[in-house]
Amino acid sequence: MKPKKKIYMTAGYNTVSLGTGRKEFNPKKPRPGIEHYIKEAGQAVLEKVGGAKNVDETVISNFMAPRYNRQANLPGFAPMIDEGLLWKPAVSVEGACGSGGLGLTTSIRSVLAETADVVMALGFEVQNTMKAVYGADVLAGAGWYKVRKKGHAHFFPGQFSDRAGVYYEKYGYDRTRKGMAMWYHNAIINARKDPTAQEYHNTNPDPFATAYKMQPNGKVFVDHLTVLDCSKVSDAASALVVTSEEGLKRIGVDKKDAVEVISFANVIRDITKDPTDPTELETIRRAVQQAMADAGITAKDLATVETHDCFSIAGIMAVEALGLAPKGEGADYVAEGKTAADGEVPMNTTGGLIGWGHPVGATGVHQAVTIWQQLTGNAGDAQINIPADRPYGMTINMGGDDVTVTCIIYKRGE
Amino acid sequence: MTYEERLENVAVLGAAGKMGSGILLLTAVHMADLQLQNKDKTYVLYAIDVSNKALTGLMDYLRVQVRKIAEKKINWLRAVYEDREDLVENGEMIDEYIFDVMKIVRPVDVMEAAYKANLVFEAVNENKDLKVKLFKQIKEHNDKVWFFTNTSSVPIHYLEENAGVKGRIIGFHFYNPPAVQKLVELIKTENTDPELEKFALEYAKNLKKIIVPSNDFAGFIGNGHFMRDALFGINEALALAKEKGISLPQAIYMINKVTQDYLVRPMGIFQLMDYVGIDVMQFIMNVMNPYLEDEDLHSDLLDTMMEQGVKGGQYSSGAQKDGFLKYEKGKITAVYDPDKKEYVPVSEFAEEADKMLGELPESAVSWKSTLKMKNKDEVLSKFFNDIKNSDTLGAKLAVKYAKNSKAIGEKLVSDGVANNADDVNTVMLTGFFHAYGPINNYFD
Repeated sequence: MKPKKKIYMTAGYNTVSLGTGRKEFNPKKPRPGIEHYIKEAGQAVLEKVGGAKNVDETVISNFMAPRYNRQANLPGFAPMIDEGLLWKPAVSVEGACGSGGLGLTTSIRSVLAETADVVMALGFEVQNTMKAVYGADVLAGAGWYKVRKKGHAHFFPGQFSDRAGVYYEKYGYDRTRKGMAMWYHNAIINARKDPTAQEYHNTNPDPFATAYKMQPNGKVFVDHLTVLDCSKVSDAASALVVTSEEGLKRIGVDKKDAVEVISFANVIRDITKDPTDPTELETIRRAVQQAMADAGITAKDLATVETHDCFSIAGIMAVEALGLAPKGEGADYVAEGKTAADGEVPMNTTGGLIGWGHPVGATGVHQAVTIWQQLTGNAGDAQINIPADRPYGMTINMGGDDVTVTCIIYKRGE
Repeated sequence: MTYEERLENVAVLGAAGKMGSGILLLTAVHMADLQLQNKDKTYVLYAIDVSNKALTGLMDYLRVQVRKIAEKKINWLRAVYEDREDLVENGEMIDEYIFDVMKIVRPVDVMEAAYKANLVFEAVNENKDLKVKLFKQIKEHNDKVWFFTNTSSVPIHYLEENAGVKGRIIGFHFYNPPAVQKLVELIKTENTDPELEKFALEYAKNLKKIIVPSNDFAGFIGNGHFMRDALFGINEALALAKEKGISLPQAIYMINKVTQDYLVRPMGIFQLMDYVGIDVMQFIMNVMNPYLEDEDLHSDLLDTMMEQGVKGGQYSSGAQKDGFLKYEKGKITAVYDPDKKEYVPVSEFAEEADKMLGELPESAVSWKSTLKMKNKDEVLSKFFNDIKNSDTLGAKLAVKYAKNSKAIGEKLVSDGVANNADDVNTVMLTGFFHAYGPINNYFD
């Protein structure tokens, strides 16, 4: 949908994505809890917008705090960020890994409904409270509970492994693996440019070679994916504000330092059914097409895309869903370097889910923060060129196996 | 009796001890896996120990360890519990598996339970009279039972003859800790039933252990090497103290350092003695010594330490007790002085000792770094060659030590304890976690 009034996002902030790969991460030592992440991201944003007095409402995105952290009723954490949010509205939204995207559109809707001019959208997840073998149970909640029993121990890697298996069969194993290895390579190279990224400390001289050499082994993990094809377990929070034009004035931020939401789409698939075609992310395709149609643009107008690469194969399929490559050729498109930071359409410029991290409920918000950084020239070492003739940015956030998808198209404010 | 039938009813004697608890864990898991695949049978494992307190601790240990094992084989568990509709999540299956293992185990403080067993694992104190007494008692009430003894020193034929269990006993010597170390020394007597041997080999294979056959000489290969190697270390320290006019703690510190850093071992020889336990060492030497004709495997220093109540060994938590060395959070902070009957802080002599030993060659590698090394042999060759060509005291002590260690290994072969040099090396590599076998050409 194309907003009926101007909607902006600004004042983005990401905490460090903590987990394996970060030097400071030690699974044996106590780590910060959810309060730390919510406060750090929330307070950083409030400081950029002139304080809590300027914020009308808070939207918190999270997937499974009730299980990872034994905590529900998340709106109650808004006033903990700052007393200025006490007695004000807050809501929490959940759509598995797509929670962040839903948080953004919920915030947008509130501004469109004129119930708020400045909404703080904050997403978080703190997953390192349990070992991966138990975390897999929690994440499986993003699928239909009735298929959990017959699923893989690592449920979601199992789901996308099945997709990858069919894809290999249909389009060729080696060719696809090359594209997936390059996807990993770009994720690592890009993450090294963002100090908050989980793979920031990665020093592998040739990530492509490592990923290409590693063969999937069902005895150790899943049949068609290696661990390098998967995003990691992360603790982090991301936040920004969603505002009206008046709201932007109130917080004293120039339009040039904000991104404008050109269009957005929420598209949902029936969770109780299997995907029609395992080699395609249909919901993503529909969301992307809808958002681009509403914005009146094509994929050729995109300067950069943040897509939901929970698995490298999902990155490849997103390239096809975008129409950048025909079905079955997404892997070649990636292998040719066209999604790299200096490629045709740079994707996941701070590492995406595989490189930056995948703090589930925060991911959708993190994607928007990255687009805001890139389009406003605030991406630091990760900054890419934004061509004047194709100034658009896009985020694609997916919950579960292509179930809960949010696609948003942005442009720098003017 | 088939392999599976034999394992339907098993008893572990000394089940709550250091070795017994590991043997119990591995056996319980193996039996539980059989139980899950043979639902019409009932598998029972008696965990027999004199200490109820220790048995309670054993159950805690089992719960923690079985969880770790279950987490690692979650794919297998999901397949095994496929028909259990009530078990959906990994966590539920892991919990169920822990219970499935625990429910096989019967912790008891009475020996009579072993009368029903088809198989008895013996892991009681290294006391040959006690072992003979227990075997005799069980044998009188149980004519089908096979005995697996975990003795690390008593000749199996001695136990066989004195307990009157001809053909029904085999030495099955795990290394500490049994759940981690891959090695099992297998010792037959000339009477051992071939069926028993066959069973033992299959059981070891199912536990993913590496078997090294040892001939039936007191101490077998592992302790045959270690006890002599340790005694050499003790004597080297005493000689060094005398020759250089330094304190015994300082000399112990130096020999410990040489054996660890220069010889690339997981721990120095004195730390290893503490790990094994000074009491256990004395016990084993006492068992072995009467069988040795041309050598005296005995140390007055060990006797003195024992008299003064300094024994080493581990707490039930696995933490190291103080022995020759004093440990704080795993670090060596002081060395025992039997003359003063107190620990002397390392800081009092470390600087001087290190200076005396001299610098390590630049090619030095740590034991840990060799674990995943692909060109280990090449790296060790270079380092040891540099040591050979070095004039420092540390290097000289190291070369002497390594040569003696090799000679001990070769003697085990020439005495017929080990069948060949490879077996000696395998024992030291897999039972003691050495980075290289003692019989090598590095120092020639």
